[in-house]
Amino acid sequence: MPDQQPNKPDGVPDDANTELSSAFAQTPTLGAMEVEGMLEKEDLHHAEAQSSESVGITDREVPRSLWQDAWRELRRNPVFLISGVLIIFLVTVAFWPGLFDSTDPLSCNLANSQQGPTSGHPFGFDTQGCDVYARTVHGARASITVGVFATLGTALLGTIMGGLAGFFGGWIDAVVSRIADIFFGIPILLGGLVFLSVIPSRSVWIVVAFIVVLGWPQIARIARGAVITARQQDYVTAARALGAGNSRLMLRHILPNALAPIIVVATIALGTYISLEATLSYLGVGLKPPTVSWGIDISSAADTFRNAPHMLLFPAGALCITILAFIMLGDAVRDALDPKLR
Amino acid sequence: MGIQTSEITAVVGRDRTADSEDAPLLQVRDLHVEFRTRDGLAKAVNGVNYSVRAGETLAILGESGSGKSVSSQAVMGILDSPPGFVTGGEIIFKGQDLLKLHSEQRRKIRGTQMAMIFQDALSSLNPVHTVGTQLGEMYRVHAGTSKKDAKVKAIELMERVGIPAAKERVNQYPHQFSGGMRQRIMIAMALALEPDLIIADEPTTALDVTVQAQVMELLADLQAEYNMGLILITHDLGVVADVADKIAVMYAGRIVETAPVHELYKRPAHPYTRGLLDSIPRLDQKGQELYAIKGLPPNLLRIPSGCAFNPRCPMAQEICRSEVPPLHAVTEADGTPLPGRGSACHFWKETIHG
Repeated sequence: MPDQQPNKPDGVPDDANTELSSAFAQTPTLGAMEVEGMLEKEDLHHAEAQSSESVGITDREVPRSLWQDAWRELRRNPVFLISGVLIIFLVTVAFWPGLFDSTDPLSCNLANSQQGPTSGHPFGFDTQGCDVYARTVHGARASITVGVFATLGTALLGTIMGGLAGFFGGWIDAVVSRIADIFFGIPILLGGLVFLSVIPSRSVWIVVAFIVVLGWPQIARIARGAVITARQQDYVTAARALGAGNSRLMLRHILPNALAPIIVVATIALGTYISLEATLSYLGVGLKPPTVSWGIDISSAADTFRNAPHMLLFPAGALCITILAFIMLGDAVRDALDPKLR
Repeated sequence: MGIQTSEITAVVGRDRTADSEDAPLLQVRDLHVEFRTRDGLAKAVNGVNYSVRAGETLAILGESGSGKSVSSQAVMGILDSPPGFVTGGEIIFKGQDLLKLHSEQRRKIRGTQMAMIFQDALSSLNPVHTVGTQLGEMYRVHAGTSKKDAKVKAIELMERVGIPAAKERVNQYPHQFSGGMRQRIMIAMALALEPDLIIADEPTTALDVTVQAQVMELLADLQAEYNMGLILITHDLGVVADVADKIAVMYAGRIVETAPVHELYKRPAHPYTRGLLDSIPRLDQKGQELYAIKGLPPNLLRIPSGCAFNPRCPMAQEICRSEVPPLHAVTEADGTPLPGRGSACHFWKETIHG
């Protein structure tokens, strides 16, 4: 999509003009002499602009590529900054829970069952007498791991499948698209209830694999469309006319130009995968104890919500914030990469 | 049809004897290309013959949809297939028929021995890579040059096509260049491996007039320097006159007239060519209505029977609606042959002499 390029000219003449107009704005009452001077200056500006255009770009403003432009946009976006800080925090919690909590989430004392927040235990205790704060902190790892790796997996598999379908077209496209349709047609929760309930030991990786298997068609569709659009661009024909082979066309010329929509969809999907993991765990077909997961905690707290609401509120709140952070990130990335919003 | 093919071979045959010392670099014989679309069979190229020698420039002139670009894509082997198919003919390049080669063999020829320049250089350059990377890619893919050497060569190339401050600009992206500079980069890419044949598909259409002249001049200079064959595809009669050695005029997938460039302008032998020449605005006709060829180019799904030009032709008669005119060898009124001239018109004599 060449349109995605910030199709900016060298920028120098524009600059000259804006400078001039601001100069005019600052001096509302101009004598004839000054106007003449201004006009001369304008001519000079134009001459300068022309010469600099023919010689090369001055270093006043270096035009940017799509990615540089997107990054600039992101840095200024408060939504991105907030979600970015939150995500950095959440990832830190997931990797080094010990920094935030020294209690073992699995050492529980039934004597403390369902006790509310006390000093040293700000989130209180659950039915088993485990520290809710410790469980909330340690639960981050499962959610983030599932979210990140399921996203990487679906993005990779979806891009490969969709990319091949879009690039080769014909029967390859037909076969891949129908396979994708089959997986797309399976409701993900029903699929989870059916497939995951027959697997006795469900680690994080099993859940990741399940999400990848049912989630790739979403990315594949996007990738296929993006690749078909990119494939029809003149530069692909031009590269072919100059002797580029299929793999080079795909990896060097098409993929970089098809990547933006894939990244956008994948980032937004990350949040939904985290909530999907919690949903599956809540239904009892996701992660299993002793893995610490917000979904499991929400599930066990649901029965006693009226007596001990803190058991539900803290893991559910953490889950909400995490999902929100990733979906906000996805939104910000989409705004930065989607040329139609520019 | 029978008469037509024999007549064509007669013309081509004479060509061949003339070229016997140095065989043409590229010879296209009776090329047919069709597009199998949902609406039916579109016959884009219907038996095209031409040849180009090293150092020679052939201009292929025609309206949109006349098959000029499609025939050159078939020569390059970059026809989108499906829906496009080469259904007949030979493309003989340096003595071998390209249509008989494997796709991988053809790929190796592209870029190294024949290259193509496209109309719109902005969309023909990949927006996500710097021009230096894209230029260097030519050396890295085809010659296995290292990344560093490729960049040095890219800078050299940019300097050779007249891009100022090449050292600084090599790291810039295509959108940072002006239209003329981009087209120069496209030319540089095509020239990188010094191919023997360059096909330029409307290389100056997207440029403004002053830059057009510069780019054409550059192309002509480089062609002379490397002794390349050049096929110039255009609909601009003005661009052709200065650079081309000979012209082939295409209409509805056929070559309707061939001639050395200046003779074509002086004495067209086909009513279509004459119509094209008459529709160029001229200063001495100021105030008069500009001539235009009536009607539209034919739909390739339904090419008119007989001569495809007959519904728009001022000279059309009954025979034009029933019989496809072969490419007649054009002669002077007294029968002296005019080498290289041919006209696919039943009434070529009337067109050129009367």
